[in-house]
Amino acid sequence: MRLRGVQKTFREPGKPPVEVLPGIDLDVAKGELICLLGPSGCGKSTLLNILGGFETADEGTVTIDGQPVRGPDPRRVFVFQEYGIFPWMTVWDNIAFGLGEKRFEEKLEIVGHYIELVGLRGFEKTFPQQLSGGMRQRVAVARALAVKPDIIFMDEPLGALDSLTRLKMRAELLRIWQEEKPTILLVTHDVDESVQLADRVVVFSARPGRILEVVEVGIDHPREFGSREYTEIKNRLYELLGVKHAL
Amino acid sequence: MSSRVQRFALPIVVLLVLLAVWSVWAKGGGGGATDFPTPGEVLSGYADQFRTPEGERAPIIVKHVVSSLFRTLSGFLLACMFGVPLGLAIGWYTRAFYALNPLIQMLRPISAIAWIPISIMIFRRDDTRSIFLIFVAAFFPIVVSTAAAVRSIPQVYIRAAQNFGLSGWRLFKKVVLPAALPQVVTAIRVSMGISWIVVVAAEMVAVQEGLGWLIIDARYQGARTDLIVGTMILIGMIGLGLDTVLRKLETLDQVKWGITRRD
Repeated sequence: MRLRGVQKTFREPGKPPVEVLPGIDLDVAKGELICLLGPSGCGKSTLLNILGGFETADEGTVTIDGQPVRGPDPRRVFVFQEYGIFPWMTVWDNIAFGLGEKRFEEKLEIVGHYIELVGLRGFEKTFPQQLSGGMRQRVAVARALAVKPDIIFMDEPLGALDSLTRLKMRAELLRIWQEEKPTILLVTHDVDESVQLADRVVVFSARPGRILEVVEVGIDHPREFGSREYTEIKNRLYELLGVKHAL
Repeated sequence: MSSRVQRFALPIVVLLVLLAVWSVWAKGGGGGATDFPTPGEVLSGYADQFRTPEGERAPIIVKHVVSSLFRTLSGFLLACMFGVPLGLAIGWYTRAFYALNPLIQMLRPISAIAWIPISIMIFRRDDTRSIFLIFVAAFFPIVVSTAAAVRSIPQVYIRAAQNFGLSGWRLFKKVVLPAALPQVVTAIRVSMGISWIVVVAAEMVAVQEGLGWLIIDARYQGARTDLIVGTMILIGMIGLGLDTVLRKLETLDQVKWGITRRD
């Protein structure tokens, strides 16, 4: 995936235009797990929406495998902050949603596999409302994985969860990523999340969101939270964001 | 008391208190209304309506209830048949919304009662006139609520569906329709209630049978207030019954996810 000079300005009648992205250059390799880290409102979600094909850049180009992005595409699946799973469908139907006209036996096999992978066996016939936030998030992830996408975009996917569940879900996410190896771009404003998950962390400034630095994490999984390298990278990220790392 | 018992006991208590107050007040002691029938008088006066006359197959009241129900359901179903699709279209196509919304918002506040003269001018048969009035009364709320239901579908559902390659009719069938369904069902339920209210008003004009006609007729028969009050109670009970039936729709899996209720 290749971004060159991606620029976006929000214009609303009667208000001064707001530049959210000043021209972003970035390259992402196949199978990488990238975290886009930055303060709230810095434009990182807008960037993700442009990559996902839901919004268009005013200037610049986004190409994936040499093809410009022209709109949403099942090869690149978005996992939304509010999950976006359908409350009128059971867990099974939600996960099978992207499988379209495939034969039923085939769906049965694929959905079964991903239900197993995200640990939702026994909840096939449950409706999302009866699930906890973490479980709904798993449904959203399973639905995305079921179509075997090349890339998964995640917009603060764990933001709505309590801190313990969040930690568990990060572990799950890593395990799934290691098993399925999709490229993942994950937007977050959580420094720990970035250091725990990412191969590389793209750090954004406040709006308009410039790339301040791309930080290579380079620690093998599983990552020890207290280790010296972990702390060093974490402190570096805090520093870039202009926040003190000791209180 | 457990909440189950309370649910049954409390309304009965309220009803009994109301009946007691009514009896005392209607007996006319100390400046009350002497003309007003007591609950007992209503009951005995109304018993006639439940008798089957010679040569007829059913009690008198049945004919009236059936014709009121027939008019209500006809008008209401027609309103659903036209109102739901139109509301969906207005909600989904921005152009249709721009084109039709002002007109609908203007026609909506006109009471069905105001349409009575027009209905008499256009239609010859009493049934058709009443059905038209009920249609008018139920149609606009259904259109407006259905359109609002579609327009308030969270964008994330639409985007998720587009992400998996859905567009056009399939997007509409698999996401838009089910996402809007709970609000549409609620709109239909409310409109059923409106229809039942309007049928009584509609039947008070130039109709020979029906519950509305029964009330007007009782008035002309020398102010038979016992019949008037009895019919009012019957109308209320049937209305409650209709609502109970439609409430069942809200318990379907496809609907209940979108219905928030505290009890």
